[in-house]
Amino acid sequence: MSKVIKILGTGCPKCKSMTSVVSDVVSENNIEATIEKVEDIMEIMKFNVMSTPALVIDDVITIKGRVPSKAEVLALLN
Amino acid sequence: MFDWLQHFADWLIYSVFGIGTETHLGIALNFFVYDTIKILILLFVIVFIMGIVNTYFPIERLKNYLNRKKLYGLEYFFSSIFGAITPFCSCSSVPLFIGFVQGGIPLGVTFSFLITSPLVNEVAVAMFIGMFGLKATLIYVISGILLGTIGGWLLGKFNLEPLLSDWVKQILDNNMQQAEFQEEKRTFYQRLPEITNSAWDIVKGVLLYVIIGISIGAAMHGYVPENFFNDYLGGGEWWTVPLAVIIAVPMYANAAGIVPVIEVFVAKGVPLGTAIAFMMATVGLSIPEATLLKKVMSLKLIAIFFGVVTLCIILSGFVFNILL
Repeated sequence: MSKVIKILGTGCPKCKSMTSVVSDVVSENNIEATIEKVEDIMEIMKFNVMSTPALVIDDVITIKGRVPSKAEVLALLN
Repeated sequence: MFDWLQHFADWLIYSVFGIGTETHLGIALNFFVYDTIKILILLFVIVFIMGIVNTYFPIERLKNYLNRKKLYGLEYFFSSIFGAITPFCSCSSVPLFIGFVQGGIPLGVTFSFLITSPLVNEVAVAMFIGMFGLKATLIYVISGILLGTIGGWLLGKFNLEPLLSDWVKQILDNNMQQAEFQEEKRTFYQRLPEITNSAWDIVKGVLLYVIIGISIGAAMHGYVPENFFNDYLGGGEWWTVPLAVIIAVPMYANAAGIVPVIEVFVAKGVPLGTAIAFMMATVGLSIPEATLLKKVMSLKLIAIFFGVVTLCIILSGFVFNILL
């Protein structure tokens, strides 16, 4: 089943590095997933996070406020 | 503490490169090598320590603390301290602001956090220790926290809620479900690689600013005559404080880039208090921050916020100049 990954962030450097980590993990491991960047602050606030970037996998907030390592993202996706 | 580094810089510039100890170029290069290495070491250490502190006090826990405890007026002070220990990222200020207000924390207390967060951040602290020493750093940190406390308390006295953006008011009215905060269950040792990595990332991120800032500082050290500012800017005149602050408010500079330049100002005759006030206004308030806040506040509220903080910074500049 394809996973829906959302990356919440207003476009700060940390948010960009989270996006690149996640897309690397997805392509390197052939994971079936769509990555969506949520940059609008009103949309972000619907997820009730206070620190960006945040990683949302299938509507569950998994990481917030920091850039995860590739291994961590892979573990969360499996 | 950094004697060995001074020896290294002396050896590298004067012996290896053979540049005279009395030449402008020699002095400037020596300053550059010594300061850059010293600052990078300090930056890494401070950011690393703050990283450890932050894994124990994530922002959600701080918010819950402010929310649940009755603090009898001390909430402004605590909120300001929390602002100081939380790593500042300009793009996080809006989500933080909404998260706080939505969690039922009064607007004034939220402002305390918002004022101190950029003012006292790990990069600024590391740069300050490196350039001005521990005593000046303590003065900077304590006055930054007090400034956030007083500024937030003052702003809390006004009736500012009607000046929030409409969609923020809606969020407040709807009283959205509070997501329960899940504690991370990993041990300190499991988190350590992450903390180290993010410390490296921050150091790498500001490296360019440090080098540019120190280069400008080094050039000025070598070439600007002693007491230059004293002679031309009237070093101790009362109006230099408001002037320095008002020039600095719209400016946006990374603390990493601005501190080395300020250090030269001080070395060439600008009073330390004026310099600290200038620094606070540069990192604490800026046009980019105002643009971000525009999403949650009306222009009038931003103007009141900036006005009160500017005033507080000017006043603290005067106080520093009397005390120091």
